[in-house]
Amino acid sequence: MDFGPYLMLAMLEGAVLAAVLALMASGLSLVFGVMRVVNVAHGEFYMLGAVVAWAVTTLLGAGPVLNFVAALIVAPLVVGAMAAAADMVILKRLNYDPERTIVATIGLLYILQQLTLMTYGADARPVVAPFNERIALPWVEWGDKGLSFYFPWGLSTTSYKLFVIAAAVVLIAALKLFMAKTRAGLIMRATQGDREMATAFGVPVERVYALVFGGGAALAALAGVLIVPIQQAHYLMGGDALLLSFIVVIIGGLGSLSGTIVAAILIGLSDGIISVFFTPTLAKMIATLAVALVLVFRPQGLFGGTSR
Amino acid sequence: MTETSKKTPAGTVRGPSRRQALKTLAVGGTAAATLPLWARYAGAQTGEPIRIGFAKHATGIGASYGRWYDRVSQAAVKKINAEGGVNGRPLELVTEDDGTDPKRCAELMEKFANQSKCDLAFGTLFSHVVIGAAPRAAELKLPYFVVSEGHHVASGMLNRWTLQPGITDVKSQVKAMAPFVHDTLGKKVTMIFPDYAFGYDHRDNFTAAIKALGGDVVAQIAIPPTETSFTKYFPKIPRETEVIYHVMIGPGVLTFVKEMGEFFGPSRPEIFGFIDSLEAVNLSSPGLEFLEGTYFWEGMPRYLQPDAPGYVKAYRDAVGLDANGASVTDANDVSTAAHMFGCWETLHVIKAGMEACNYSGIADRQALIEAVEQMSDMPAGPDHPQGAKRFNGKTHQVFGPQYISKVEGGKLSVVHTASIEDTLYPDEVDYTKMSF
Repeated sequence: MDFGPYLMLAMLEGAVLAAVLALMASGLSLVFGVMRVVNVAHGEFYMLGAVVAWAVTTLLGAGPVLNFVAALIVAPLVVGAMAAAADMVILKRLNYDPERTIVATIGLLYILQQLTLMTYGADARPVVAPFNERIALPWVEWGDKGLSFYFPWGLSTTSYKLFVIAAAVVLIAALKLFMAKTRAGLIMRATQGDREMATAFGVPVERVYALVFGGGAALAALAGVLIVPIQQAHYLMGGDALLLSFIVVIIGGLGSLSGTIVAAILIGLSDGIISVFFTPTLAKMIATLAVALVLVFRPQGLFGGTSR
Repeated sequence: MTETSKKTPAGTVRGPSRRQALKTLAVGGTAAATLPLWARYAGAQTGEPIRIGFAKHATGIGASYGRWYDRVSQAAVKKINAEGGVNGRPLELVTEDDGTDPKRCAELMEKFANQSKCDLAFGTLFSHVVIGAAPRAAELKLPYFVVSEGHHVASGMLNRWTLQPGITDVKSQVKAMAPFVHDTLGKKVTMIFPDYAFGYDHRDNFTAAIKALGGDVVAQIAIPPTETSFTKYFPKIPRETEVIYHVMIGPGVLTFVKEMGEFFGPSRPEIFGFIDSLEAVNLSSPGLEFLEGTYFWEGMPRYLQPDAPGYVKAYRDAVGLDANGASVTDANDVSTAAHMFGCWETLHVIKAGMEACNYSGIADRQALIEAVEQMSDMPAGPDHPQGAKRFNGKTHQVFGPQYISKVEGGKLSVVHTASIEDTLYPDEVDYTKMSF
């Protein structure tokens, strides 16, 4: 394949990864920003989103589009409710102590993973995409007669992959608007800024925490629903996703939504491009190296402010 | 936490008659008088089940294989026990989950040998797991019957205690496929394979075989078995490629094949795949339509072929397979038909080996290995439904027919059967010269 089309394909693949990663990592970042909880179980919420999407589409059996829309609504609600319950039952009891919540969420990770294994099973199961047309992409070339279009072999994407990118952009824009413009967003930011002061002003901090933890999990679940028609739902799929999300939020700055989004695009695109031109292992190595460098030279992340 | 521990009931076998028991006791008594060390085995000999430690890929990336390996093994044990067991003793599967993990499987060898008192270990498929566990089996002097199809047994990499008598290895499969690919499909091949031992068996042996025929492998693309997104690898396929040779494993196989179809669109080259790329996957899954007219290697046909002999039907019924190679109770639960027959055949080889050496207990483990090493031709039939086999005692590897099927109307139809002779290659090791 020529270099130009090759690069474009790599960037398209990278953009899909970046879209999913941005959604998932903003959930992780939100939870850390507001609650100061490092949620190690975040990858499992992503996995649960995919598994619930499979369950909904299988039970409903109403045709690909309706099934998918139902999954898009049901999965984040179910997973978010589970996470909110986990917050009230586990994290609240630990007084959101940073070290103990890490250990608790590690435990939660294994519980969710093994429960999925025991009920859903160890197989990878597919969900049919609501639409999935192959779109051959043209490429321009300077020929004898000036600029001309042609369709390079293999340069293509699918309508669904483009939809994932668009959906992620819309969802993240909505999240930013929600945080900036709504009263609920204001309360969350107030809680993030100073928990005690927020309590003094009558903010029900515990309820905010439960909602934030549930909301963060719901974002991961949404990412899971979006990816499952491309990949399949599998009980181990949360592992890699969690690692990449942590890479993204550390580079972007824990708690900074804008930083998370920029880092997701950076990591997603570089992963796509490096994987295509070199090897996927090298892409992961470079991402991990970037994390190490950020931690050494700019521990608060590219966009993170100094912590209080 | 992921462990599933299960014991198969002895089934409907009648224990040995009282006279037999008395006779055995008398023999045991004599033996005990002469050789006191034997006593504990002789006492256990009569009706005690023979315990087979089954390392099952119940979880991890091999889980769909594990589920079917389990079903086939259960069915084979049921059949063998219904036919009188081994010298009157029933077989019993002691099933443990190895998590498709070499370290865990090596621990299982220890558990089988020391804790659950198994006579032998059996069943592992994934090559990295076999390679990880076989040295431990040898240290424990535990016979280890693998159903893996990797070339690691016949290559001499393993040891005297590890045998593969129920399924052919990749080297012979590939050797038998190369002439078909070269003569029928094309001479410039791009290979796509998983990035670990099993994939390297494909890479090395197929590249050598196609070069020997005058063809060429124009690109070799290795993909990690845990990969979930594949489109990024396909641009490495050179434009001149005439045939894609693909073999993939792991939870992402359906995505792999689907994305390959999306990449090529309407202008695909010829495609030859090992069915591993779609084991346990329904061929009528959305996105697989482009496979129509492509070819697959199959260890044993997934779809019931019109000319299938009676013993094949009996085998399929015993396992619970419908005509499409899925479970009779769930049409979406598609089998790993091209590999799982190996469990059935291996258990029958174990039975034959034990009867040949008059196996009486764990003191005869070495005799069992020696007895199996003596085996050679095994006729096709109820014990060997995949076809006639030829076992090579020196390399501990069996050879058998291979099938090439074409996707026609969304189903696999056998178009070519490679004979045992097509699969043979010179010995690379003589395990019989190694010490126990």
